[in-house]
Amino acid sequence: MERVIVIGGGVAGMKAALDLRRRGFEVTLLEKSRHLGGKVRKWHCLFPTFTSAAEVLGGLKAEVADSDIEVRLEAEVVSFDNRSVTLASGEKLACGAVVLATGFTLFDARVKEEYGYGIYDNVITSADLEEMFRNGRVALRNGERPRRVAFLHCVGSRDEKVCQRHCSKVCCVTGVKQAIEVKKLFPEADVFNFYMDIRMFGPGYEEMYREAQLSHNIHFVRGRISEASPTIDGRLQIKAEDTLTGRPLKMSVDMLVLLVGMRSNDDNVHLAEQAGVPLAPNGFFAPKDMFAGNVCSPRKGVFYAGAITAPKSIGEVLNEGSAVADAVTEYLS
Amino acid sequence: MRAKSWSDYQKDIADDRYYYARSCIRQNFFPGSEKAFLEILQRDLGKDIFDDPAHSSCTGIGYHSDVVPLETIMTVVARQFALMSEAGYENFVTSCITSFGIYTEILSTWEEFPETEERTRENLFKATGREFAKPKSLAHTSDVIFHFREEIAARAKRRLVDSMTGEPLKVVEHIGCHYAKIFPKSGIGGSEFPYVLAGMIESWGGECVDYPERRHCCGFGFRNYLVQANRGYSVANSQKKLESMAPYHPDFIVANCPGCSMFLDKWQYTIAEMNGRTYGANGYGIPVLTYEEMAGLVLGYDPWELGMQMHQVNVEPLLDRLGVEYDPSTKYLGRNGKFIGKPASAVVNCPSQEFIYDIKL
Repeated sequence: MERVIVIGGGVAGMKAALDLRRRGFEVTLLEKSRHLGGKVRKWHCLFPTFTSAAEVLGGLKAEVADSDIEVRLEAEVVSFDNRSVTLASGEKLACGAVVLATGFTLFDARVKEEYGYGIYDNVITSADLEEMFRNGRVALRNGERPRRVAFLHCVGSRDEKVCQRHCSKVCCVTGVKQAIEVKKLFPEADVFNFYMDIRMFGPGYEEMYREAQLSHNIHFVRGRISEASPTIDGRLQIKAEDTLTGRPLKMSVDMLVLLVGMRSNDDNVHLAEQAGVPLAPNGFFAPKDMFAGNVCSPRKGVFYAGAITAPKSIGEVLNEGSAVADAVTEYLS
Repeated sequence: MRAKSWSDYQKDIADDRYYYARSCIRQNFFPGSEKAFLEILQRDLGKDIFDDPAHSSCTGIGYHSDVVPLETIMTVVARQFALMSEAGYENFVTSCITSFGIYTEILSTWEEFPETEERTRENLFKATGREFAKPKSLAHTSDVIFHFREEIAARAKRRLVDSMTGEPLKVVEHIGCHYAKIFPKSGIGGSEFPYVLAGMIESWGGECVDYPERRHCCGFGFRNYLVQANRGYSVANSQKKLESMAPYHPDFIVANCPGCSMFLDKWQYTIAEMNGRTYGANGYGIPVLTYEEMAGLVLGYDPWELGMQMHQVNVEPLLDRLGVEYDPSTKYLGRNGKFIGKPASAVVNCPSQEFIYDIKL
């Protein structure tokens, strides 16, 4: 059987590698960092079931470890085509097909300067909050319990000013999930979610959104925060417009959580150009078609899996891992 | 990160040879400031700056009030550039924030839509027979003072500290909206954490106050102010800022926009008359300075030469804290010792002023 190279050792890449191996292919899994797992390594628990991310990831990693998939860590890809992959070390690996699963980049919240991320102590991102959950300690920088927490949706998503016009899809439900977790930790705290739309697209998401309001008394305000500033007592003043009441709103909070979006990787441009495959206007790879060929590139032998083509949930990404294995099998047979 | 934001938003500021474009309204509100700018550059720093009597208003107020069309203002701006070229200069420096925004916007429009530049060249030539070259660098006068802040610090006669205790004075810096909110890259430090005034304050020994409404507009807004019925919006915005900064007990406010300097100063009187609310130590108001006045005080200029008698809020308590020596009897003497008139004492002014400073001439 021919070798298939999977570029990217996140959940999509691991799932694709496992399913390809089960179909009898010789599989090489390339990961540029020192660990498999991608972004999911940094998440605490997953919506909408609050399943531990470590549990999901642990299962996949154990399967990869038990298989004879060749895993190469710290293997950075500089170029590829449908017959070979060249690493930064200069090594060229021959193959019959390539699966690109390099995922996405988290939006850098510092770009939205008005929120003061990196400047004010208690302005954090959703990724930072996940890390706090994983470490088992959510607290303000001075160690105190937050009395009021605001979540801001769509930071770096659906925002023309930062050239990120697309919806990152999963931030809405992440905001609801994290708000519930915060409320469970600090039942006495006021928790607000500032949104422009709530897009509950998946099974159980809408129910979770409803539960957040009915069972946890989490407040949802339709309006984006315009800026955050420090107050004299070390809190954060935020301004927004409540677009349902049509009134400006100003409040002080202890913690502001920015739900950062998913943007395309910077090196997509180079990789797409050298491989001769197109990018979508948002910088993600454009699949052959959006329906029957959404894990295929227009170029034969080059396939996609996961958030390389668009923001996706982990469940969707895992499904694409399986789907791409089918597509590769069909291609090589 | 704040330092990173400041370092990300830098721009080239010429070292010498400037063509100076004055502001229409500053000459009425703070007439000493533009003169001080010229003196600081020419006398203290030995720079070549051309104060051209031939240049005109940029017509920015008319443009923002919808009475001057875009093509007209582009042609007026082109004429200013033509005058600069004819005088042999390439570095355009403007004293007004509105003008700075106008020049920035028009240069950017010409860049994005080259056909508008071509049309402007035709219009200018038909109207005046002139041709123009775009400036090599465009800066606001506060950029230039910022650029030379360390040179000014080296020549300082005093620092922005309490002369009795040595404690740094608490300074509120306020940046005009048209400085960097339109084009963040046009301002030092960008639009969210501008450094142009903060850098001066730090270099000269003061301490910046970061208060919740720091970024809020002063409320000037052409439509807020020019339409009389809307002036309440203007007052309300200034009051919002003053209320927000009050708990920090600032010693003074410094602004780089003609409108901000005037309204943050004069609305304090209006607010006091409207609802009796006064700000500053003992309710005597928070003095509002231009950056040229601040630089001038640091360099040892006489406050009345700087035009500080034109302020609504009395500056004497601030001068006392800074240890500035001044002659109360010459406060209302203009050029050649001519009496320029003395305003009636207002509710926002320190009551003791009459007793201490009202020297009968």
